[in-house]
Amino acid sequence: MKAVKVFFNGVLNENPTFRMVLGMCPTLALTTAAINGIGMGLATTFVLVGSNLVISLLKNFVPQKIRIPAFVVVIATFVTVVSMIMQAFLPELNKSLGIYIPLIVVNCIILARAESFASKNSVLLSIIDGLGMGIGFTLALLLLGSIREIVGAGTWFGMPVFSDGFSPAVIMILPPGGFITLGLVLGLLNKLTGRAE
Amino acid sequence: MEYVGKIFVILISSILINNFVMSRFLGICPFLGVSKRVETAVGMGAAVTFVMAMTSLITYIIQYAILEPLGLEYLQTIIFILVIASLVQFVEMVIQKTSPTLYQALGVYLPLITTNCAVLGVAIINIDEKYDLIQALFNGVGAALGFTLAIVLFAGIRERLESSDIPKPLKGFPIALITAGLMSVAFLGFQGLIK
Repeated sequence: MKAVKVFFNGVLNENPTFRMVLGMCPTLALTTAAINGIGMGLATTFVLVGSNLVISLLKNFVPQKIRIPAFVVVIATFVTVVSMIMQAFLPELNKSLGIYIPLIVVNCIILARAESFASKNSVLLSIIDGLGMGIGFTLALLLLGSIREIVGAGTWFGMPVFSDGFSPAVIMILPPGGFITLGLVLGLLNKLTGRAE
Repeated sequence: MEYVGKIFVILISSILINNFVMSRFLGICPFLGVSKRVETAVGMGAAVTFVMAMTSLITYIIQYAILEPLGLEYLQTIIFILVIASLVQFVEMVIQKTSPTLYQALGVYLPLITTNCAVLGVAIINIDEKYDLIQALFNGVGAALGFTLAIVLFAGIRERLESSDIPKPLKGFPIALITAGLMSVAFLGFQGLIK
């Protein structure tokens, strides 16, 4: 029962993008197309699950004082693994995600979960937490990527959505569109859930 | 002379055209987190500028003196993040010894620089673009100046936003993001600056 709660906590209640506003760099930079959003989301999910797993195993052996550098090395190792897998099997996606793959290391979501969850909980719960957070992040990126791709390019996963008469609002797939879409979606969620700062 | 011109182009393009915050989306966390007051934004900018310049130099030397000759390029991410973390720690200790006043002013923001993706970003871009040592240094300094420019301007706007009448659901992050979007439109205007 607790496992289910931990999972949905990551997907909904504490959604890393919409609730905690963490990991903004890949969120804004890679949501120009739905497929990039999914690619980034899944790569991050893999790193989250892997680092949560290893860190929860190591939690009793790592001295308190050097835990942050130790966590960072674990995370960096998983990022290197993801980056090599993507270079080998998904070269095209790897090219369009570019520099943001190595930058998963400094995605605050991963270190935040390592520090606040995996270093305090059991291995199984930590894996589920990583999975929930990763899926929450992936869904958020998919939503933002879909909005920007449909409005900004008139396509969804590369397939045309509108008839020929539609002229796309290119600003949406340029950098300003990223900031504005996320701002509006956050505002809308605040309105719907009655939450405001 | 041609070389000086090339360096000038790198500097201008990393400050204005490919501004790290506004067009590459690097360093968004401190950009949103530490931009409520102009003074703290300036302090953050100064600390980041120093760390990014040092990072550009040190990671360049490590890449070409250690990793490439030994064929260890795949360790790049792990080594670079460790270098940055220890550099930030080192900078913190030096500032604490030499200038306690500055240390007090920067205090909280110094350790945060480790997780600023702009720092790791500039190290990787330097290698990807195959810059030489001088170019890498100028790219690092330019990118940091661009970051400082963006965060200081943004802090100025946010100070004003605080006292204005904003629809309730948009308060806080949403309005900050929309403001950043409008600033980013302005930065798009620099695109045609260098052919």
